[in-house]
Amino acid sequence: MATKAFSFAKQILKPNSIKIALNQNFSKNTSSLFVPPTVTVVNPSQANPLPDQSKKIKVTLVPGDGVGPELMLCVREVYKQIGVPVEFEEILASELLPGRSSSVEDLKESFKRNRVGLMGVITTPAIGESGQLESMNQKIRLQLDLFAHVIRVKSLPGLKLRYSNIDFVVIREQKEGEYSALEHESVPGVVESLKITTKENARRIAKFAFDYAVSNNRKKVTAVHKANIMKLGDGLFIKSCQEIAEMYPNIKFETMIIDNCCMQLVSKPQQFDVMVLPNLYGNIVGNLAVGLVGGPGIVPGESYSNDIALFESGARHAFATAAGRNVANPTAMILSSANLLKHLNLNAYAQRIENAVYKVIKSGKYRTKDIGGYCNQSDFFKAILNNLQ
Amino acid sequence: MNKSLVKSSHLLKQMTVVCSRSLSSDVFTTKYGGKNRVLLIPGDGVGPEMMFHVKETLRAARAPIEFEEINLNSKTATDSLIDQAVLAVKRNGVCIKGNIETDHNNPTSQSVNVSLRQRLDLYANVVRCKSIPNVKTRHDNLDILIIRENTEGEYSNLEHESVSGVVESLKIITREKSLRIAEFAFEKAQKDGRKKVTAVHKANIMKLGDGQFLASCREVAQRYPDIKFETMIVDNTCMQLVSKPQQFDVMVMPNLYGNIVANVCAGLIGGAGLVAGSNYGKNVALFESGTRNSGRGVAGQNSANPSGMLFSAANMLRYLGLDQHSSVVRNAIINTISQRNVKTVDIGGTASTSEFMKHVLDEIHQHTPEIDGLSKF
Repeated sequence: MATKAFSFAKQILKPNSIKIALNQNFSKNTSSLFVPPTVTVVNPSQANPLPDQSKKIKVTLVPGDGVGPELMLCVREVYKQIGVPVEFEEILASELLPGRSSSVEDLKESFKRNRVGLMGVITTPAIGESGQLESMNQKIRLQLDLFAHVIRVKSLPGLKLRYSNIDFVVIREQKEGEYSALEHESVPGVVESLKITTKENARRIAKFAFDYAVSNNRKKVTAVHKANIMKLGDGLFIKSCQEIAEMYPNIKFETMIIDNCCMQLVSKPQQFDVMVLPNLYGNIVGNLAVGLVGGPGIVPGESYSNDIALFESGARHAFATAAGRNVANPTAMILSSANLLKHLNLNAYAQRIENAVYKVIKSGKYRTKDIGGYCNQSDFFKAILNNLQ
Repeated sequence: MNKSLVKSSHLLKQMTVVCSRSLSSDVFTTKYGGKNRVLLIPGDGVGPEMMFHVKETLRAARAPIEFEEINLNSKTATDSLIDQAVLAVKRNGVCIKGNIETDHNNPTSQSVNVSLRQRLDLYANVVRCKSIPNVKTRHDNLDILIIRENTEGEYSNLEHESVSGVVESLKIITREKSLRIAEFAFEKAQKDGRKKVTAVHKANIMKLGDGQFLASCREVAQRYPDIKFETMIVDNTCMQLVSKPQQFDVMVMPNLYGNIVANVCAGLIGGAGLVAGSNYGKNVALFESGTRNSGRGVAGQNSANPSGMLFSAANMLRYLGLDQHSSVVRNAIINTISQRNVKTVDIGGTASTSEFMKHVLDEIHQHTPEIDGLSKF
């Protein structure tokens, strides 16, 4: 299926099928974007050669399942149009194609080497290979120590939705909790699933959330829990968050029980700033929040370990039913690729990409079905390309 | 049944406590996705200008550093801001700072620098004085590493007037801290492949206090048979430094002597603008200029020498494991001074700070591509 989607997407993206108003001079000027502006001011003489730009930055690319491959083609096309100095190292990983998929080891090695990745969604089949409880996604996250998942939930101007002016961040612990893959049937008919909470990981994600708040100028961190029922497990999570909060006197700290949190989210989502959650709650709240601002086609996400940054979609849905049908919304992936560029300090490129996407969405002329329009993917994408000034 | 449940939950509780204790640590790396977070305190005098140049340099070298800035200086210093700064250094683990001026006239005001150092327990101050080619000085080929105890000694802030007209200042030397600094010195000497450690003291007068310091150094020295150990009295040390400084390798000393000797050494290689200083504690490091002057006299004149602060930034990069970025920055400064012959006024040149920086950034641009894929950005 993926290959089909691939060839289809390739077809719609054939360079000659799309006419792009490309600024001819731009490719010559790309190198100047690298140099801090202060330097160009001080040092305009041609006697000083600029840094060698022939060496592109390598980034791992995992297209994933479902619409992943066609969305990645969109990203590649955008990068090509504005001459981003990034080179993709593409790795096919899929649990649906176990024979053709690269191993987790290969993925791991590539991520470790490049330290930055762009990733589609790898579908987890209902019945895993040889009855394994751990999915490929979990293996990657665990083995690469990708402990934090971040979704910035922000209303995009131009989308007609029930809620407006939403701007908060969902930070999810994604290494332990309910995702421990430790389940057993003690006696027939009784299954125990172990939810693991450790102080170390709880403190780590709490610190990540507060550090995120500091560097993004946010004022409040809300820890979400169910410590009234899971007094020890979630209790530990909350306690760890509280300990960390003491180190950040300028940031307000609140706690909220998960059920109330969900209610608040659908009634008054504007009250949230940064949210920090254990694994499963984070998964649910993240999806809910993405739904508030336009759905999985709109919102990008990112995963972090200490060394690796992985850019993906906010709500991880492969959207297999849309593969190859030219309907999937590429916004989330394109915005994610812009976040990737920001992470690489290539802000100028990121800005251009974001502006183009925002402009198209704001104008409302081109809208894919998921955001209430009648436009197909290629027309929508063409509009974005046309706006890449 | 009920009882056993309670018991088992109690046991579980204990287990969690034990587990979490063994797992948890107060060591935090603030490194996410390969980017390191560093606290930046601009300080007084030329500090803010220098920090601007540091940021520019790190950006040119594409170092994966993100700054959190706290504007702590002599005018803004309040208890709560100092608290915040201390917390921020603790949680980031690394800080780069300009000097903060101390009001000499107000006896109740404690130096912000000292209080930061003490509260973060930054016990070791390291200043490396290495001759830079093409900087004219009286002595060549110096490479002295000065390691100074940074938390006790004369800097105890314990002074009182017992009877009017008689002031007692307490100098505190503890065995624990003396052993700690000696251990640090020898370990550093071993790691850097140095041959000799000289302990500087005044034990002929302060037989107990400096005596203890000396005894602690001797004790540690026995565990490092490959490194030569010498002792020298501080007055003689200063004389030797200005007459035959090449004889020194690593020097370890209590707080005040360290302050004086480091300034003498900085003077030997060309002055305050050339020397970087680092302060290390357990899991925290603070980088600043070597002689800790705020340089108010040259502030705003575009004439200060940024080399010291840039060397300091290079040290910081090395501490964070970014060795390649570190050497690119270091080499850029040295090449600017020695090959391009661009020097600021303090080391006998005519270049302004911005001219000097222009050349440094240019050098960096030429060498940045040498940084391999592993530590790009």
